[in-house]
Amino acid sequence: MQKGASSNATPDTEQGISFFNDRKIRAVAYQIAALFMVGLLGYYLFSNTVANLQRQAIATGFGFLNKQASFEIGESLIHYSAADTYVRALLVGVLNTLKVAFVGIVLTVVLGTFLGIARLSTNWLVAKLAAVYIEVMQDIPILLQLFFWYSFFYDILPAPREAIEPFAGVFMSNRGLVFAVPQWHPVYTYIAAAGLAGCIGAYVLRKWARKRQERTGQIFPVFIFSLGIIIGLPFVTWLSAGAPHKMSVPQLVGFNFQGGLNMSPEFGALLLGLVLYTAAFVAEIVRAGIQAISKGQTEAAMAIGLKRGQILNLVILPQALRVIIPPLTSQMLNLTKNSSLAVAIGFPDFVSVASTTINQTGQAIEGISLIMLVYLCFSLLTSLFMNWYNKKMALIER
Amino acid sequence: MVQLPRDNNQTDRLRAPVIRIGAWQWLKSNLFNGVFNSVVTILVCIFLYKIIPPFVRWAFIDSLWLSTADQCRAGDGACWSIIPANIRFIIFGFYPYELHWRPTVAMIMLISLLFYSKNRNHWNTSLGYIWIAGLLIMGILMRGGIWGLTAVESDQWGGLPLTLMLSVFGMFAAYPLGILLALGRRSKMPAIKTLCILYIELIRGVPLISLLFMSAVLFPLFLPAGLTVNKIIRAQAAIILFTAAYIAEVVRGGLQAISRGQYEAAESLGLNYVQKMRLVVLPQALKIVIPPTVGILISAFKDTSLVVIIALYDILKTTRSVLGNPSWMGFSPEAYIFVALIYFVCCYAMSNYSRRLERELHS
Amino acid sequence: MKLMKLLLIITIVLLSGVGFAGQTVDNVKAKGFVQAGANGDLFGFGKPDEKGIWRGLDVDTGRAIAAAVFGDASKIKFIPLTAVQRFTALQSGEIDVLCRNATQTLGRDSELGLDFAQVNYYDGQGFLVPKKMKLKNAKQLDGATVCVLPGTTTELNVADYFRVNKMKMKPVVIENNAELAKAFFAGRCDVLTSDASQLAGIRAVAPKPDDYVILPDIISKEPLAPAVRHGDNQWKDIVNYSVLAMIEAEELGITSKNVDEMLKSANPAVQRFLGVAPGNGKALGLNEKWAYNIIKQVGNYGEVFERNVGKNTPLKLERGLNALWKNGGLMYSPPFR
Repeated sequence: MQKGASSNATPDTEQGISFFNDRKIRAVAYQIAALFMVGLLGYYLFSNTVANLQRQAIATGFGFLNKQASFEIGESLIHYSAADTYVRALLVGVLNTLKVAFVGIVLTVVLGTFLGIARLSTNWLVAKLAAVYIEVMQDIPILLQLFFWYSFFYDILPAPREAIEPFAGVFMSNRGLVFAVPQWHPVYTYIAAAGLAGCIGAYVLRKWARKRQERTGQIFPVFIFSLGIIIGLPFVTWLSAGAPHKMSVPQLVGFNFQGGLNMSPEFGALLLGLVLYTAAFVAEIVRAGIQAISKGQTEAAMAIGLKRGQILNLVILPQALRVIIPPLTSQMLNLTKNSSLAVAIGFPDFVSVASTTINQTGQAIEGISLIMLVYLCFSLLTSLFMNWYNKKMALIER
Repeated sequence: MVQLPRDNNQTDRLRAPVIRIGAWQWLKSNLFNGVFNSVVTILVCIFLYKIIPPFVRWAFIDSLWLSTADQCRAGDGACWSIIPANIRFIIFGFYPYELHWRPTVAMIMLISLLFYSKNRNHWNTSLGYIWIAGLLIMGILMRGGIWGLTAVESDQWGGLPLTLMLSVFGMFAAYPLGILLALGRRSKMPAIKTLCILYIELIRGVPLISLLFMSAVLFPLFLPAGLTVNKIIRAQAAIILFTAAYIAEVVRGGLQAISRGQYEAAESLGLNYVQKMRLVVLPQALKIVIPPTVGILISAFKDTSLVVIIALYDILKTTRSVLGNPSWMGFSPEAYIFVALIYFVCCYAMSNYSRRLERELHS
Repeated sequence: MKLMKLLLIITIVLLSGVGFAGQTVDNVKAKGFVQAGANGDLFGFGKPDEKGIWRGLDVDTGRAIAAAVFGDASKIKFIPLTAVQRFTALQSGEIDVLCRNATQTLGRDSELGLDFAQVNYYDGQGFLVPKKMKLKNAKQLDGATVCVLPGTTTELNVADYFRVNKMKMKPVVIENNAELAKAFFAGRCDVLTSDASQLAGIRAVAPKPDDYVILPDIISKEPLAPAVRHGDNQWKDIVNYSVLAMIEAEELGITSKNVDEMLKSANPAVQRFLGVAPGNGKALGLNEKWAYNIIKQVGNYGEVFERNVGKNTPLKLERGLNALWKNGGLMYSPPFR
């Protein structure tokens, strides 16, 4: 079918060939044919579906979204009860997916970087252990790992009554991990705002310092000052509010722990499985990124008298990151997509809630379209970020 | 770091080069070079000491290999007995019990074919024919219906043969499709290019599980009434369509890496599009992308385990089904380790092979 | 274009079952077997044994249908389906009948385009709790973590129950009976809710069955019935009467062992039932021996019940609601005439 797909750079030089051999005309004909066939296929599937739905009087449309969901969801970032609508239930699912993806990505990057560096360690034992870890984790399907961790999670940990307390205020049981968190106080909003202000301040400071350095050649200790602003501002806010320090400590009330923050075994197993699996891939990416920078770069930087921190900051990291970031983003996206396997171990992520919805309403087409749409949005956002980043990096390259 | 005994008054002289041989020297240079590394080594050793002996005791010393479930419950160690007691269901699923020799022969054929193809000297046209013939015979063995073999419909296939079938056919069908998509994406015809980009990005943007859901739940609704396609084949199609999009991206990378001169040279020889691609561009491009392609194939192989979610009885599902049996409930670590081992051996062989190929091709 | 080609190839080359719109029974006869959807994970109702042979009450119901249509109970193929797939599989024609412990509800009967046949198991939802909790009834479950299968009527019922009684619950949903039971025994949840029949089965396989009790509360009605597509009356009749024949046989005292002797019975009801006096088969569009074949090859309802879920199985279920009407149950068959 590709015959006419001309890659001739100068198609306009052709003259005096018969009508059917004209590349332009052939190309147009092929494209029309392709579009026609795709359209035909689409129409065929669509008309069949409509006929099938009508014949069996199956309900269609997104009307169900505003009906009462009537099922409970185990964990939710927003308030939800069985009396809420399907829309809200699905929103709970999306937020849960985002939650596991966000926490998972942060932990994966940390663990993956650590493993990647360990893989290159001069310590034979450490390097070999990291290599074995990476190989084993990459070669076992993620789903199997999730099953394994989930059964492991509740098989080894005791019931809430006999919960293990490794540190004060932290309880581990087969109901998950419960730990003490500071009790809510209005000042925390201000502290968060102060932290944000600190970040903006540090950013402005860095810009100013760089400009000043370009103008005068003087170096301003940006790092120390930025740290001071980012940590100091919220701290001062906290002190000025009278330093509230009441903790919400988990306590066993009735069946379960009340208070504190709870991480369920489902969430724990999903997070553990995703992080341990994806970190193996991230480790390889980090290793490749570090190895991509030749020794000459470091030596050259040393030769012009840069300090160790400067070498890392100004020479090695910018180059390594350019190699690391694109595949790293795709691993993050993979982690997000793999989080859909939560459905197999009972964590209420988006796919899990959507499949319950399909089940209760019987409207599979709508449900699966929603699943695809949500994940497409995730990957679209990621590729937008990638484009932005690549552009930025391309500028630096020159 | 390493000092040989010598007289004090000789220390200012140039030292003799140190030859690092022997176990002790090796340990010194690889495990205890510096304070930090020594501390790390010791910590790692303590960690390993805490982990390995209990594991060995559980997995080997205290374990039971050929006992009943009740005996297992009495013991402390691993209950590997769950595997031999249920091995035939785990491996073959619903395939008729007395016909298990057929999938066994088919699997042996597949493995020997794979071994034969490992050697790059065997890569030629006849290998292609051998594969086609081999797959055909395997198909006949599995399905039967001719040569006096009892017919076994594909919906009765399960366990390891199903896993292997989903992966092998997935790879074989996805590869050419992926190449076509990659060529389409590089095409100068806007309509075809757009269609291919849409397809590739759409598929890569969604998780495989949503495609499997679609194949299992929606696809039957897309067909006219009364027309149905077997569930396994629908899942197979979903895996092929999914893998093809990823292969397309890898192949596109290879196409981009071929220098413009190659295209132009081919054109100046008067080759048309098909000849140009078949004889000049693709052979080079595909060779470059062998390692990442193997990577895709490995993940395709692992991803076949996702069919568990649509209740196909691949090896993971048959294992879980056994775990659902009242008497064997609770021995999941043993069963999962067994399945993990099977996956590991297959994937490790593939990735090892791809690394070797990469070395050979680069040298 | 490639997608198109591939799809066409898949549909044309690998087409494995081509049927025709219209009468399911003709379609089934042309195929030579009944295609049934089954559970695959539910011990006692639908689950393959270690040789890969399907066992269970639902599965035997399917076999009865095959015996009625073909005179051969083995002419049936089971497809394991998850809860999500089960109804679309039926809607799309992938299966002819769904024998997968599906609860008959108004919504499913209407909006999903299904028809339910005679109930083959009357169930109700209950709660299984560890004895050491010292609970008397379900009203004391406020704040409990509840293990429940997702996408089922059970999930909705338990949410309703807790709402009505102004109690809080935290569901743990696991889409597999075995895993659900395992999670419960490990203490992942305080209470497991499911159909009472399954609770008994789950309790029976507990490491120490005596550590668990089933609370007396039954919070719902769960009539489990085979389902067929809406609008095919003949096929629905066949499925319906295949189940009813097993019930009627038990009432008439016909078992798989004595069915051959019963052929000589002077009782006109037995004669009509077994096709000695013809009429019933023709009315359904089946062989006159259809009921005989069901009983001979599969057994009457009592036999099927005892074989799969009864006292001598790990489930150890009482007949309860599933006893014949004469014995205080709900199993009641209209006259076979």
